[in-house]
Amino acid sequence: MRQLRRNGVLLAPAGIWLLVMLVLPLVVVFIFSFGERGAAGGYVPALTLEQYANLPARWTAFKNTLILAPLGTLAALLIAYPLAYYLAVRCSPKWRTTLLILVIVPFWTSILIRSYAWIFILGGRGIPALLEMVGIDEVRLINTPFAVLVGIVYGYLPLMVFPIFVSLDKLDKRLLEASSDLGSTPLRTFWQVTLPLSVPGVATGCMLVFILLMGEFLIPAILGGGKVFFVGNALVDLFLQSRNWAFGSAVAMTLVFIMLVTVTVYMKFISRLGGQRDDISLM
Amino acid sequence: MRLYAISVYLFLYIPIGVIAVFSFNSGRHASQFMGFSTKWYGKALSNPFVMDALETSLIAAFLTACLAASLGTMAAIALQGVSGWLRTLFDALIYIAVMIPGIVIGIATLIALVTVFGWVNPMLAALWPEGATPPQLNMGMGTLVAAHTMFTMALVIIIVRARIAGMDRSLLEASQDLFATPWGTFRQVTLPLIAPAILAGFLLSFTFSFDDFIIAFFVAGSETTLPIYIFSSIRRGVTPEINAIGTMVMAASLMLLVIAQMLLRRGVSKSG
Repeated sequence: MRQLRRNGVLLAPAGIWLLVMLVLPLVVVFIFSFGERGAAGGYVPALTLEQYANLPARWTAFKNTLILAPLGTLAALLIAYPLAYYLAVRCSPKWRTTLLILVIVPFWTSILIRSYAWIFILGGRGIPALLEMVGIDEVRLINTPFAVLVGIVYGYLPLMVFPIFVSLDKLDKRLLEASSDLGSTPLRTFWQVTLPLSVPGVATGCMLVFILLMGEFLIPAILGGGKVFFVGNALVDLFLQSRNWAFGSAVAMTLVFIMLVTVTVYMKFISRLGGQRDDISLM
Repeated sequence: MRLYAISVYLFLYIPIGVIAVFSFNSGRHASQFMGFSTKWYGKALSNPFVMDALETSLIAAFLTACLAASLGTMAAIALQGVSGWLRTLFDALIYIAVMIPGIVIGIATLIALVTVFGWVNPMLAALWPEGATPPQLNMGMGTLVAAHTMFTMALVIIIVRARIAGMDRSLLEASQDLFATPWGTFRQVTLPLIAPAILAGFLLSFTFSFDDFIIAFFVAGSETTLPIYIFSSIRRGVTPEINAIGTMVMAASLMLLVIAQMLLRRGVSKSG
């Protein structure tokens, strides 16, 4: 009984904090999404589905997010996997820790500053100027979907490399020897042994990156220049510029709903594929 | 294979290098290197807006890290002895806190708190004695720290709980068998074992709060944090001053990371 009371006291601050700063705001957004916009902005209580019916007005933002988030995740995966493989299997153990830290270090520095660096490189006097020297004129890179994609891959690569590295590192190297002793080519060994065993890492990495990308705001704002915008950018616009809280809430609820559905379906799919649900859960 | 790895590292580090190099550019225009100079560092460090923003960010990050590390650790320890609906509820809330995009947290907190303050402020005004100015609840440092703490506390709970789960149970039993009080067991056995995780959680919270733009953008009210300052400057154009600030921020995070690594390693070698 005393222990129960002690646990209650220890849990109360965190619990109250989560209720006030997480549950209450989400409930408010949910309620507001059924309301109407006031004449001077803000929110007027109502019970209408008008805001949800109006969602197609922001279709471009949803379309961009739903194309570029999976595409960015895939691009990050394709670039990260060989690197993780190199770090876990090929590189000498002497260098492994250092190289691994070098992958993680950029992730600990501000994503704002790292995205901003690409304005330099992709902007008029960066790569386009270099291309001009070799005779390719009028290449426009900044403020294109390509620039946003580069920013995404650059920003989230470390988050993809790390879980894949962990799952490849855990892999029993004797399995690879056994496979080659039994006459498999290296390619076949990779395809039939290494790749299937690294599925949990790939699944974790993809999910982390995908979740973060769905709510992305900074990278499209900095590298998309208002031309390539995500749902996140639409939300900033709705809440801070047009002050349309009711419609903004409906957009936010829709984003969360899409995320929940995608992640649930994805987890089901992966757990059927790998049969090791424990390894891929977030916690 | 090695060549591939080298090119990925170049991809990761060239942009950072470009910023660092151009921060020493003496030219006014960011795109052409005119000669070596540290004048932009001087300019940045003597810019009162930059220093104010830095101070705000450091205070918010420090308060967030202290609150998140202490509340998160308390909750993680208590959750070990809790089961049933309370446990399920906490697991669900932590999962939601981590899953929901920062931007949704930001706008939700903004509209919820603005609405609540809109009710509370007139009530405070009515309750206050006449003549005295009643306190006003506003968006600002308090709401910023509260929002950052919510998210980072969830991270601390996850990290510390993982460490507790990996702890050797027999140590606790041994301590109890040797007649240690629950508090004594906690202070002399549990705490030293989970200290590295608490420290990691503290540093993670600090870095998150210091680097966060999107939540702060909505809930900081009239306060300007360093990321907010940098973002609004970028909108007005690329300047060498921003490069200098960026280079300093990256160098500082790097130093923090190295210190954390050293502390963690010492913690591990001591306990192991």
